[in-house]
Amino acid sequence: MLAYLLRRLLYAVPILIGVNLLTFALFFLVNTPDDMARMQLGVKHVTADAIHKWKAERGYDLPLFWNANAAGTDKLTRTIFSQKSARMFIGDFGRAEDGRDIAREIATRMGPSLAIAVPTFTLTLFVAICLALTLAFFRATTLDFWGVVICVLLMSISSLFYIIGGQFLFAKVWRLVPISGFGEGLDNWRFLILPVLIGVVGGVGASTRWYRTFFLEEVNKDYVRTARAKGLPETRVFFRHILRNALIPILTGVVALIPLLFMGSLLTESFFGIPGLGSYTIDAINAQDFSVVRSMVFIGSALYIIGLILTDISYTLVDPRIQFGKK
Amino acid sequence: MNFQPVLLWSDLLLWLLAFAAIGLGACSTRAEHLRRAWARLGRNPVATGTTTILCVFLLIGLLDSLHYRPRLEENPAANETPNVTHYAVEVRSLLDALLFDLREQHERTYSAPLAIRLSTMETEETPNGVTQDYPRLAYGGAHLADESGHARDLLLRAAQGVVLAALLFGLLKMALAGHRQRRPAGAPGFAWQGVLYALGVFLLFALPIAFLAADYHVFGTDKVGQDVLYQALKSIRTALVIGLVTTLIMVPLAIFLGIVAGYFRGWADDLIQYVYTVLNSIPGVLLIAAAVLMMQVIIDTHSEWFATAAERADLRLVALCFILGVTSWTGLARLLRGETLKLRELDYIQAARAFGVSSGRIITRHLLPNLMHLVIIALVMDFSALVLTEAVLSYIGIGVDPAMMSFGSMINNARMELSREPAVWWSLATAFTFMLVLVLCANLLADALRNVFADNTSGQQ
Repeated sequence: MLAYLLRRLLYAVPILIGVNLLTFALFFLVNTPDDMARMQLGVKHVTADAIHKWKAERGYDLPLFWNANAAGTDKLTRTIFSQKSARMFIGDFGRAEDGRDIAREIATRMGPSLAIAVPTFTLTLFVAICLALTLAFFRATTLDFWGVVICVLLMSISSLFYIIGGQFLFAKVWRLVPISGFGEGLDNWRFLILPVLIGVVGGVGASTRWYRTFFLEEVNKDYVRTARAKGLPETRVFFRHILRNALIPILTGVVALIPLLFMGSLLTESFFGIPGLGSYTIDAINAQDFSVVRSMVFIGSALYIIGLILTDISYTLVDPRIQFGKK
Repeated sequence: MNFQPVLLWSDLLLWLLAFAAIGLGACSTRAEHLRRAWARLGRNPVATGTTTILCVFLLIGLLDSLHYRPRLEENPAANETPNVTHYAVEVRSLLDALLFDLREQHERTYSAPLAIRLSTMETEETPNGVTQDYPRLAYGGAHLADESGHARDLLLRAAQGVVLAALLFGLLKMALAGHRQRRPAGAPGFAWQGVLYALGVFLLFALPIAFLAADYHVFGTDKVGQDVLYQALKSIRTALVIGLVTTLIMVPLAIFLGIVAGYFRGWADDLIQYVYTVLNSIPGVLLIAAAVLMMQVIIDTHSEWFATAAERADLRLVALCFILGVTSWTGLARLLRGETLKLRELDYIQAARAFGVSSGRIITRHLLPNLMHLVIIALVMDFSALVLTEAVLSYIGIGVDPAMMSFGSMINNARMELSREPAVWWSLATAFTFMLVLVLCANLLADALRNVFADNTSGQQ
């Protein structure tokens, strides 16, 4: 198992390098640092001196890949690529436009992001599984039909409307919860309840419909027929046999998403003023702070790859027929 | 000439797509299994109904994709050479010409749906002193001399629309009944009733709105006094361009790379899998954001490329489609790769290979037709996803040009309006309704397509 894990981890390295090169190409080759400086400083009335100063302050005045003026290994390390892109591998993300250390900012903002993302994720999963089980139990009835229609309806509504509408109704009209903000300690739940609720309502339609197909796939399998033939009541067939087997594809599919919870939700966090990574990203995009966007891209892809590895592991854990290292 | 036609990039691509879809549809009827699938789709009333509504949206979008620049009135006072005609800088579309009243009738600021007064107090100086009042609108209900006739006028117009819609619906229904009688009973045929009821519902809403829109702002006006209905109608084209033009990039990429990876395997498969894992691993919004930020820099630094603001906004829209296409082919490619891997081991392909049929021919003649259903389902599903994505991107500020009307920018503007006192809810509600209908129709159609093709493949085996 250890050898298998190591191989998967090694496989992740070229992907991260690919992501790194791609973002580097997007941010430095398509547009030169001069263009960036001009945009940050305002296109008009900008002197060559101002651009030079801006670049020097941020370390963008180096050559891209190869520094011919430096000596020894500095030829490679005194370049934008190694200073800005390659150093992300050792967790050095540089500084944002406002001068703060990005790595520390990310570490402090992870908590609030998780405080929203984890409850939303678990609740959505739980509610969706319960609803999907109900729909599958009453399959091919009116309840099932309208349940699916409602799921499609819920999917067809933009998440923006859930957030704007929810904020308007619960916070402004009925004044049940504060409109936005984030607190410390136990009193925090008042800030969290609405974003979590909205996240669940927004996500539950698609998941329910998706999970329902897993249940329906199991319903007609041989072992289920055997269980019915033995004379087991339908409820027992569902909870003892179908639920357990259908949970395998559901849970293994969901494992890939767990690491991405750290990234937070872009929209929810920015609407509710939660100081997490999602709102950090949005602010960076709005301020055109490229170093933060670059760092978030890198972290996001690293988390995605962790998710892939976790999925592989979870497959082997739940299904004894799959063995490590054998395809 | 009274106008100068303008061909924007997105117009060209949208019309190209419309013709390509018709061409492909005609081609697909030649293949037996596809014809059977289309026939089965035609028997599903949900599919025919949603297709009807989507066609209405498409018609509006295509009308909005014929652009021109109107000729400016000659100004005799100006000392210009008389033979040179000048065209307005502003680009208009055929839809604008049809909705001329909606477009031109600006109020001063917010007004509620169907209102005849502004929704904000204004101070007026009259000879009797300073009074505060909600002033009358310049156009909304301007034909009413007496305000007490307001409700009656509204009801009358709505009733006219409803009666006309009912009459048209009755006529259509009779025509359908006549069509039914001529066909042998019991034979399953095209689900005309889906079209009928979809058209009926559409007329029931559209006609009263049309009657009311002649003299009122049916969905109110926004901050600068522009009619919200007009904005929503214009937004349809943006949504369609985003949802359809993107597929022009995405589908060829996905088909080519997916089939190559699945059919040839080996290093090509490894390379393509590597590329899509890399693209997939970057969070979607961030990748799009990075690409859009870069595109913005290019557009800002090359302002000399664009003759009009509309052309700049349009190029940005097309570039956004391109970016969305390049970042979203991975899902479909992975699906096609898996299916190709499965199909290439089947007997008929093995037989073709044993006969010495070339790889290119196997792919185009034997593989591609059997993958088309996956592409079609993915197209419709991605369409609804892209329309929703556009709204989110425009909210974040990396979507379409702020000057271009879209559902995303409507929502974005409406966000702050809800916190006004009294709340301005109509822009948001209108954008919500239009978007919901569009996306819901696409989702329901995707469901119907999936069922049809699932039956089709299981019937073959």
